[in-house]
Amino acid sequence: MSSKVLMAAKGLEIRFGGVVAADDVNIEIHEGHNLAIIGPNGAGKTTFLNICTGYLKPHRGSVTFDGRDVTGLAPRRLVRMGVARAFQIPQLFTEHTVIENLLIAAAAQARRWSPLTPIATIPERGEMLHLLDMVRCAHIADRPVSELPEGQRKLIDIALALALKPKLLFMDEPTSGVASSEKFEVLDIIAKALAEAKVTAVFVEHDIGIVERFADEVAVWNRGEVLFRGVPGEILSHPDVIRDVIGETV
Amino acid sequence: MNLQLFALAFFDGIAYAALVFLVAVGLTLIFGVLRVLNVAHGSFYAMGAYATASTVGAIVAAGYSPWLAFPMMIIASALIGGLIGGPVEKLLLRRIYDMEEVLQILVTFAVFMILEDVQRLVWGVQPYFESSALMVLGTVDVLGITYTAYQLILLPVVAILVLVGLRIFLRHTLSGKLILAVTEDREAATAIGVNVDRVYLVTFVVGASLAAFGGALASATTSVIPGMGADMIVLSFAVVATAGLGRIEGAAITALLIGLGRSFAVYLAPELDVLVPYLIMLAVLLVRPEGLFGMAHTRKI
Amino acid sequence: MRSILPALIVLLVAVTPVLAPTSQVLLTLAFAKGLAVLGIIVLLQAGQVSFGHALYFAVSAYVAASVARSFGGELVTTLLAGVAAAAVVGLVVGVFVVRYRYIFFAMLNLAVSMIFFALLEKFYYVTGGSDGLQVPRPTVVGLTLERGEFETILFYGALVLSLLAAWGTHRYLASPLGNMLRAIKTNEVRLEYLGVSARSTLLSGYVLSAALCGLGGALMAVAQGIVTPEYAYWVRSGEFVFIAILGGSGSVAGAFVGALIYEGVRTYAAAFASDIWQMVLGIVLLVIIIFGPSGVTGLYQRLMDRLVGPARPRGAGDSERAPGAAE
Repeated sequence: MSSKVLMAAKGLEIRFGGVVAADDVNIEIHEGHNLAIIGPNGAGKTTFLNICTGYLKPHRGSVTFDGRDVTGLAPRRLVRMGVARAFQIPQLFTEHTVIENLLIAAAAQARRWSPLTPIATIPERGEMLHLLDMVRCAHIADRPVSELPEGQRKLIDIALALALKPKLLFMDEPTSGVASSEKFEVLDIIAKALAEAKVTAVFVEHDIGIVERFADEVAVWNRGEVLFRGVPGEILSHPDVIRDVIGETV
Repeated sequence: MNLQLFALAFFDGIAYAALVFLVAVGLTLIFGVLRVLNVAHGSFYAMGAYATASTVGAIVAAGYSPWLAFPMMIIASALIGGLIGGPVEKLLLRRIYDMEEVLQILVTFAVFMILEDVQRLVWGVQPYFESSALMVLGTVDVLGITYTAYQLILLPVVAILVLVGLRIFLRHTLSGKLILAVTEDREAATAIGVNVDRVYLVTFVVGASLAAFGGALASATTSVIPGMGADMIVLSFAVVATAGLGRIEGAAITALLIGLGRSFAVYLAPELDVLVPYLIMLAVLLVRPEGLFGMAHTRKI
Repeated sequence: MRSILPALIVLLVAVTPVLAPTSQVLLTLAFAKGLAVLGIIVLLQAGQVSFGHALYFAVSAYVAASVARSFGGELVTTLLAGVAAAAVVGLVVGVFVVRYRYIFFAMLNLAVSMIFFALLEKFYYVTGGSDGLQVPRPTVVGLTLERGEFETILFYGALVLSLLAAWGTHRYLASPLGNMLRAIKTNEVRLEYLGVSARSTLLSGYVLSAALCGLGGALMAVAQGIVTPEYAYWVRSGEFVFIAILGGSGSVAGAFVGALIYEGVRTYAAAFASDIWQMVLGIVLLVIIIFGPSGVTGLYQRLMDRLVGPARPRGAGDSERAPGAAE
């Protein structure tokens, strides 16, 4: 792989009680190459995201981002360096409207702390409306997020991460909760937005069709380990992967 | 500090810790099951003290044996727990389990405000002092110090009996196991047919009675005055928070720690005695926000 | 339409010294409490309640009293010293308590205030013990005033300060920082994942709330001419929380509406119910929480919605929502 290494995990280990959620995980994430993570439930995929974004501190091993050691840094520090995250269950401000959610993100990104300027008037408002347009949510800008269906909440969740203008974005099952007939459409929207913003994405996904279409590389997780890694065509036709992972999830 | 003074501080601390433990264990038991920290808990303590002091005073004044003070303490605390605590849970708390936490806190605070005035209405504002129970047990001589048997022997023994009794009740009786089941997983318990409403009610009455019992026992050693409930809720919260919410054995150890800390402060730095329990709490919480025996949990995302 | 009644009330209050001079002091005290309640409302935005904010009320009042006693006391410096002291203590205590939420937050605040209450009584040679400290009447821009004149000036000062504080707090809550504060209530994890420290955000709100309580306490001290440990007692903290819920925890106006109603009712009704005053408060609190959690201002909003239609699309940046109203 010739492109630049954006993030590298070395020898990650973590266990909860007797369960090993990461067992010597080594993986590099390359700029511009979207990486899909697949594997059975409980394989440690979300744990990996939690470690890479600072939510959990590994018992052993290290994470570097842009060549700097970021092991154990709090999520907010990693966010400021350019690592954002979207969640499996959308994490939104449920007493705010859609646009307010985004404005909070934009104000955080642009460090607008002035306590006397209304958030509705910050200069980033236009940009946020554009972002909403990009994820096809412009028409619901003034709706409270608590009223939205899961699919739209998911898009807003991703838009919040994009509002931070990250270099690297982790997405935990971006299409879970979205009706299967709409999955491709939703991911098309996301992929376009990512490409426009030049963001490298790492996403956990169960739907093999989606992985084939949107990932440049695939990593297969099981029992806290990376079993295989490569281009989708190769990995997804590997007999072991078909038996252990695909057979289970389709 | 010579040996006698040391022993004196030590005995004071033990007696005090025993009382604080009784109140704190009720608070932590209720929290463990209902997931509500009852701000009105201190009021049960105060009402137990008032009820005991006033009735024992009347009994002794009428010429009956002061030994009747002991059964009276048990009766008074059971009545306070059942007649006041029962309705509070059944009529009020039951409506708020699904509310936002800040509203739950406000509701129990409102109950606390109401019960403070209930005490004032029933017992007035003049202090009650009724130490017949303390007197009849006499004194013991240890290490050259004469100390009351009530504080040195009875209080610690009662506290230990309650601790052991609770343990046996929770682990080895059906009702206790049901309570533990609800604590572990409310939904699963409901699914297998446990009457959760009943478990909540029983737990609340038991917890409130323990607080009242603490007050009943305390009434023999101190003046019963308005405001004692407010002081006790904060102190027992300090014990429960330092131990870790929901930890029964932890509350016993922490009560001892805080009781001893306070009584030594009385002799060594009398101006700081009220501060010591809170300083201990602050120190512990700064290092372990989940308390000495609590378990930290990370939210699943 | 909906701002007519509030404007009328402000106007009516402003002419009180002329129309009903006897209620002037009462209203000044209501403003003092309203300012403290505003502090409670700031914290309620983050979903947190403090049972110990009388601490800041008392810290400021005692500092104001000391300044008035030892430096001859100019009104402005007296108030400023009180507010500054409350803010500094708020910062120190805040650094610790913002690590906690809900009942821990409520009770740790209560614990700190009870410690301070106990210290006020213990260190009587500094604080005057349970008798408290007399507060000499401060000068106003160097002038020594008669009691009547001073009370009128203090009344208008309190009115202006209250309007300023309400406006400033309203702006703060609508600002990015204020929105982040409200976001603490609904999703701290996401807030951290936006690069914002939830603790620092809450700390900023906490210091503001302490300063507001301090302003109220200093005003109360000069208005009453005496400070006592009662200023720090939990009953006072409970009163602030009560008024916040009564007025409507979601709006800055609620603080003052609640305080005016509360002081009015207390002055005329407490005489009949002084023994059961806490009980009355407790029962009203329960009724509001169980039946109408947005308080008096919430009722007014709903009435107006019915009369003239909703003011704006639901949830479009308004801060007039009570805890729980969105659930």
